[in-house]
Amino acid sequence: MDEGATATAAQDEPPLLDVRDLHVEFRTRDGVARAVNGVSYAVRPRQTLAVLGESGSGKSVTAQAVMGILDSPPGFVTRGEILFRGEDLLTMGAEERRRVRGARMAMIFQDALSALNPVLTVGEQLGEMFRVHRGMSRKDARARAVELMDRVRIPAARDRVGQYPHQFSGGMRQRVMIAMALALEPELIIADEPTTALDVTVQAQVMELLAELQREYGMGLILITHDLGVVADVADHIAVMYAGRIVETAPVHEIYKRPAHPYTKGLLESIPRLDQKGRELYAIKGLPPNLLNIPTGCAFHPRCPLARDVCATDEPELYRISARRGSACHFWRECLGEHQR
Amino acid sequence: MGRYVIRRLLQMIPVFAGTTVLIFVMVYALGDPVQARCGDRACDPATAAQIRHDLYLDHPLWQQYLRYMGQIFRGDFGVAWNGRPVTELLASALPVTLRLTVLAILFEIVIGITLGVLTGLRRGRPADTATLLGTLLVISVPTFVTGYVLQYLLGVKWNLIAPSVSSEARFDELIVPALVLALTSLAYVTRLSRTSVVENIRADYVRTAVAKGLPRRRVITRHLLRNSLIPVVTFIGTDIGALMGGAIVTERIFNIHGVGYQLYQGILRLDSATVVGFVTILVIVFLLANLLVDLLYAVLDPRIRYA
Amino acid sequence: MPEPRNHPDEAVEPAGGTGAAMGLGQDEARSLERAPGPGRAPAVPADRPGADRPHSLWSDAWRDLRRNPVFVIAALVILFLVVISVWPRLIAPGNPLSCNLDNSQQGSAPGHPFGFDTQGCDVYTRVVHGARASVTVGVCATVGAALLGALLGGLAGYHGSWADAVLSRVSDIFFGIPIVLGGLVFLSVVTSTTVWPVVGFIVLLGWPQIGRIARGSVITAKQNDYVQAARALGAGNTRVLLRHIAPNAVAPVIVVATIALGTYISLEATLSYLGVGLKPPTVSWGIDISQASTQIRNAPHMLLWPAGALSVTVLAFIMLGDAVRDALDPKLR
Repeated sequence: MDEGATATAAQDEPPLLDVRDLHVEFRTRDGVARAVNGVSYAVRPRQTLAVLGESGSGKSVTAQAVMGILDSPPGFVTRGEILFRGEDLLTMGAEERRRVRGARMAMIFQDALSALNPVLTVGEQLGEMFRVHRGMSRKDARARAVELMDRVRIPAARDRVGQYPHQFSGGMRQRVMIAMALALEPELIIADEPTTALDVTVQAQVMELLAELQREYGMGLILITHDLGVVADVADHIAVMYAGRIVETAPVHEIYKRPAHPYTKGLLESIPRLDQKGRELYAIKGLPPNLLNIPTGCAFHPRCPLARDVCATDEPELYRISARRGSACHFWRECLGEHQR
Repeated sequence: MGRYVIRRLLQMIPVFAGTTVLIFVMVYALGDPVQARCGDRACDPATAAQIRHDLYLDHPLWQQYLRYMGQIFRGDFGVAWNGRPVTELLASALPVTLRLTVLAILFEIVIGITLGVLTGLRRGRPADTATLLGTLLVISVPTFVTGYVLQYLLGVKWNLIAPSVSSEARFDELIVPALVLALTSLAYVTRLSRTSVVENIRADYVRTAVAKGLPRRRVITRHLLRNSLIPVVTFIGTDIGALMGGAIVTERIFNIHGVGYQLYQGILRLDSATVVGFVTILVIVFLLANLLVDLLYAVLDPRIRYA
Repeated sequence: MPEPRNHPDEAVEPAGGTGAAMGLGQDEARSLERAPGPGRAPAVPADRPGADRPHSLWSDAWRDLRRNPVFVIAALVILFLVVISVWPRLIAPGNPLSCNLDNSQQGSAPGHPFGFDTQGCDVYTRVVHGARASVTVGVCATVGAALLGALLGGLAGYHGSWADAVLSRVSDIFFGIPIVLGGLVFLSVVTSTTVWPVVGFIVLLGWPQIGRIARGSVITAKQNDYVQAARALGAGNTRVLLRHIAPNAVAPVIVVATIALGTYISLEATLSYLGVGLKPPTVSWGIDISQASTQIRNAPHMLLWPAGALSVTVLAFIMLGDAVRDALDPKLR
């Protein structure tokens, strides 16, 4: 895959999705949980943005806000813009926004078994896209469903179109999810941990299929994951999230070589590697922050090996390192330099 | 699906046998039917022996049971205390109780599910809290109290209905009694539908349906309700037995000559033929209703069908 | 009918749902806790404030209960009921059986706030003294049905195979008998005027409901990894049952039993109304309501007071059960 070429080509185009300073909070009995605190990122056509982070980092909540499927209440978007082809989705009417969902941007969920409706056949659920958004007849929709299942390489699609989700294997179910997202050839697909629930061998197949279909249809892709291994092969650009913020953003090959944030560095070092067999695995100390009570200053400071007094008081902005890189660490230079040694 | 039906039918057999044996033994313990037939005066021994022989009472209990079951399957339910065949009593009483029960189930479905779904979709709002409190009150006040109060208010004080139902027991006369009969179950159906909707509204597949850009109405009817109502259907099925039991109380309040009324008369007169006959029929209706619900359940939930 | 059948919203079975809360403010927190379900990023990290020290299910539940006004009110009402059923003369020194026909169906008079019934008995005294029968039947029947149901259901669930098959069919048989119908047939034989036949009958037809819950939760608990691990390490049956399985099964049984208590009290009143439950000279709300029901046109107060007392009692137990369920439902933790 020629990542460099696609990435540069996409770079000149206006962004497909432009999230600006997004804030999301959950109002609960125990207090207000600030799940997303000023996230900005952009995805261009044909580009893949990987959003990386632990659970609770706000990566999925951001995606839900973009799709417009936040549980509300208790979740509320309190500030920011979500520009899709230049139009702000947050100010759009409900009906207009509904027409965008599924047709122009689609989502692939992690656990296909629970994300597919257990009492409807796969064919009904796929065909529903065509029936609702395109007004097709039942018969035509079914034919399109079979085509789609073929497209994502589900064997014997014609026979399986009338089956229920529980009759499919995990990998095949995830292919159904992908088919459903692809149905109306959307401009943007958000894949929320699309392979986490699958066996390792199946993971690779599904990722490959997704990457191939993306190339073919020329969609933008947001890949949400906590798995750095998945990211390296398919993503162009990476945004690392921590406690509802983006702490580092960079092109994929740069971040692996020279992380500019101690958190990213910690994540990279905690991947087991063959050439370091026998050495003790690195683990980031401490626990992810409590969103009801996010640490002051840099949210990562209680766990950070580079932390100094200033980190507990001053919140770092996303410092611009180069044209396409940013790091929200007061000591990003140190982080980069230390790694060079 | 075929195998599922057969398995369910086979499972019904021991339950039917067990239930009828239990009833048979209990009715046998009710008292001496011979004594009851002679009335207050003592029985002349020859007559008693004759009756005993006629009624097959001079045989061991298990033989009586088998013989009785044999007769039932030939459609012979014996003779009631008033000399009429039990089947005749059944023919007059059963349709009345069926009308009452069917009306009650309709109330449960229409009012209970509607209220439950609406409150489930508006969880936490005042209407939701008020409905929940209402259901708690309805569950707490015993049916026979509600029955008398409604009868007094609607029938006596405001003269809106006739306080007691005529012997024809037309549908319109049965509306209030059926409502009384349904009330507690209706509250349970409301609560169950609400819980189920509240639970499923956050389900992943509902979120998927929203993410697919389906209109809200379609998300609710096609995705949310289809799944949420599965446990409600099961409950209504198992509730049929309770409704038939409750009919005894309701029929007594509104003086309806249905199964409950006849059964009550039979028990007062220690008339085993009537009691066993009626109870057996009720148990059969109950088991069939349960079977029907199981099949409906399998139709609604493919995970059961292909298990 | 207020019958102890499968209460839908008791939902403690594995497949069942989280109960319908009273909608009293817990839903919000619940929905948030639920939002980070499988496949979603948690909106709030699993460690909630104060979660650093270890909590047992019970101490957490107790903390929740004390803060729940529904629980506090229900518990106070029940406490009051228990006190007056043990010492009715504390607030009603009169004799419920000493009546004067001259006062038949009279309305309230000084010293007799609720008026008189047909026999000229003081309704207030009878209402207070009637609590004993209801509470005794409710408590004894619930304890009996819970013990029997937990024992048989637990064994069926733990042992599986034939024991499970046999017990499931037996409980099907009891389920096959509508409970009021069964009461009419079974109890009409009885001539005893004590509460025990009624208690025995309710236990007999009530245990399968609790048994099913117990069976379900034992089966769920049995499949837990730690139980499998304990067995693999060679822990004996008794140890596994007592240490690992019973604690998981106890909470659902307690929840169902508390709610059942209310419905059993209501059932006793219904049976007494039909003439097969408690019998005079036992003082019972059911009997009094039954006698008053024919006089509703002349003397509605005769119906109102015992019916009100009965309804408040049943309501208190059902609300208590609701609150306990909300506090104990392990799915919310």
